[in-house]
Amino acid sequence: MSKVRVLVGTRKGAFILTSDGKRESWNVSGPHFSGWEVYHLKGSPVDPNRLYASQSSAWSGQVIQRSNDGGETWAPVGNKFVYEGVAGTHQWYDGTPHPWEFKRVWHLEPSLTDPDTVYAGVEDAAFFKSTDGGQNWQELPGLRGHGSGPRWQPGAGGMCLHTIMPDPTNPDRIFIAISAAGAFRTDDSGQTWQPINKGLYSQYIPEPTADVGHCVHHMAFHKSRPNVLFMQKHWDVMRSDDAGDSWHEVSGNLPTDFGFVIDVNSNEPDTIYVVPIKSDAEHFPPEGKLRVYRSRTGGNEWEALTNGLPQSNCYVNVFRDAMAVDSLDKCGVYFGTTGGQVYASSDAGDNWAPIVRDLPAVLSVEVQTLE
Amino acid sequence: MIRVYLPGHLRTLANINGEVEIEIQGPVTQRSVLDALELRYPALQGTIRDHVSGKRRSFLRFFACQEDLSHESPDAPLPDAVVSGAEPFLVVGAIAGG
Repeated sequence: MSKVRVLVGTRKGAFILTSDGKRESWNVSGPHFSGWEVYHLKGSPVDPNRLYASQSSAWSGQVIQRSNDGGETWAPVGNKFVYEGVAGTHQWYDGTPHPWEFKRVWHLEPSLTDPDTVYAGVEDAAFFKSTDGGQNWQELPGLRGHGSGPRWQPGAGGMCLHTIMPDPTNPDRIFIAISAAGAFRTDDSGQTWQPINKGLYSQYIPEPTADVGHCVHHMAFHKSRPNVLFMQKHWDVMRSDDAGDSWHEVSGNLPTDFGFVIDVNSNEPDTIYVVPIKSDAEHFPPEGKLRVYRSRTGGNEWEALTNGLPQSNCYVNVFRDAMAVDSLDKCGVYFGTTGGQVYASSDAGDNWAPIVRDLPAVLSVEVQTLE
Repeated sequence: MIRVYLPGHLRTLANINGEVEIEIQGPVTQRSVLDALELRYPALQGTIRDHVSGKRRSFLRFFACQEDLSHESPDAPLPDAVVSGAEPFLVVGAIAGG
């Protein structure tokens, strides 16, 4: 029987939640790396017991941890992230040039084909790669050197590279997203990159349709259809049908199109999920009602999913990397909140229940479906 | 024998119980002590001093003999009591929280 392993990063450690395929009864392991911020952890698609975790703190910087046994035991690997060449400057909040400085790893993306190869998206935004299981890291400087780097600027959470999506049908193609620079695509394994932000409109930058400067919060695709991208931007839910060459808005009837997470049902490529958040200044659900919105039409037409979710006095946020789906039938959907709840639905979002209620603020959620 | 005391989160990271005792050949300075410490416990690399600048991380402090040595030169000799092992060299997490 299938099993599910949910990997949860929080402000004060990591937790691993496991269940059988019914997804009714859960075992909770943790905190791992107690007291440290764990921005992200994720397993290798080709060796599910190989996990990578990003552990950091204001006191002691960045640590990368690796497990070879599904999170039973961990060992620190390499944590030296050094920008290639002259780091240069990007825009600071006040528009002045600011030196590029490494702060932390936001996202770890294991290779689709090799458990020893893993990508890291970091703050200040850059793209790193390890081919030896995380022991050594090299920047692929073509992204930062694309030419637009001096115009990138930090979002409120920092200038982070938070989304990495290798194309399962094209080993040379990877999509990434940066707050606040926008989305980029490489078609040569990370050597060169192009911004893919045509169609985005952002009132908070001087030129709303500029090629870079957009605050992309998250992106997702269905692995069978990687040319169709979905994006939750600072404001606006967007869709691209041409691998990011152009975007159009699919916010439709959402109560607000601000938010952080977006994900795609593993069985239905046109079924997508978002969690609307009231506004850029009010990072909580509208009306104090925690609602996941589902579109079965690839956007524009949305329905509120509320069964099992708090529908009064709920003022949590759901961060950008804190939603994931399993690959069972029916699709399981999971998300974590700043209030420390991890909610799960084993029926594609129709009904929800908390797996845990009182973790530290949840930074990220990933799911592994294990045979 | 130099005694080094680390904050709890770094002891956990490096699987250290209690104080660390290390031998130093040559001058006993912040740099030589931390170099020897990181050689024995590679997991500590980058967690006390920044990988690139080599400087002390802002939220960690270096104390010894009831003195704050955080702003001393990394190549300044440490107090005799640290060199003799009578007093530990303390790496301390700065106060933060709410």
